[in-house]
Amino acid sequence: MSSCKEDDPRIDGIQSRIRVVPNFPKPGIMFQDITTVLLDPRAFKDTIDLFVERYKSKNITVVAGIEARGFIFGPPIALAIGAKFVPLRKPKKLPGKVIREEYDLEYGSDCLEMHVGAVEPEERALVVDDLIATGGTLCAAMNLLERAGAEVVECACVIEIPDLKGRDRLNGKPLFVLVESQ
Amino acid sequence: MAAQIVDSTDDRISRISSSIRVIPDFPKPGIMFQDITTLLLDPMAFKDTIDLFVERYKDKNINVVAGIEARGFIFGPPIALAIGAKFVPMRKPKKLPGEVISEEYSLEYGTDTMEMHVGAVQAGERALVVDDLIATGGTLSAAIRLLGRVGVDVVECACVIELPELKGRSRLGDKPLFVLVS
Repeated sequence: MSSCKEDDPRIDGIQSRIRVVPNFPKPGIMFQDITTVLLDPRAFKDTIDLFVERYKSKNITVVAGIEARGFIFGPPIALAIGAKFVPLRKPKKLPGKVIREEYDLEYGSDCLEMHVGAVEPEERALVVDDLIATGGTLCAAMNLLERAGAEVVECACVIEIPDLKGRDRLNGKPLFVLVESQ
Repeated sequence: MAAQIVDSTDDRISRISSSIRVIPDFPKPGIMFQDITTLLLDPMAFKDTIDLFVERYKDKNINVVAGIEARGFIFGPPIALAIGAKFVPMRKPKKLPGEVISEEYSLEYGTDTMEMHVGAVQAGERALVVDDLIATGGTLSAAIRLLGRVGVDVVECACVIELPELKGRSRLGDKPLFVLVS
């Protein structure tokens, strides 16, 4: 069940480009920084290629990317597989009519919004973000897509933090990641 | 090459232009917001947008594509990937982990700050700055200054849309601007 590309030789290159920044955004958190992957054109290309190879024959019609780092990985995947790209955004960023989904944070809650009409019933969707931690944001994203009638085929992230058990919060939906991090 | 048919530039611009949605009175009364999310829902229009930029820049030895948060994150990475350049996110304050340099810029009321990672770019590199739209040019000129401070040569700014009446082009100093839709 572990959807993780451990054996592809490109993974090492990608993993080695991820920079860990201690105590960001607050003490105790080891932040997984993907910006250093983006500074290596080969590693960035390999990242996208690994996702595209997996999804290109799965009839995905929508790639939904979570603001803001999901906007970096989602569009190249969407372009390569011929799907539309739908940005899922923090409140008040999307103009016009939206639907919103609230989700819990460690302290308090936040919201994710999607445009009304962006997604049609029965479309097949991929949800993309750079990383899955607790899974709260991905869960909210999936709920938005399902409320619009789409089928979430899979969630795709570059990095998973398995200790935070985000995979279990995805209502049984599969998760595919390239790199697992402690 | 024989099998590939590319629409003429005019046809592609026309398709791109008609896929952009205008939302009145967003984010506040009197503003006609140019919404590119509808362009992203049309895979052909999105592909054409990226292709038009890539055709222009692929032989210009661009090493860096800098994209401005958040909609610059949608257009910048596909361009970077296609031309083999690195992608550098230019972000709102406190989003980038680790050491950053900051540049303040004016808003209609007050100021805001843009940040870039220390070490993301090197002196002498050739850069493109990408955003979805240029209005007053405040954000783009902040990005130009940030890159200039570390010795990067900003070759051009590239946006999907320009609002010419706001004269943003004149705020870019000697840096040229390329847009698809005016």
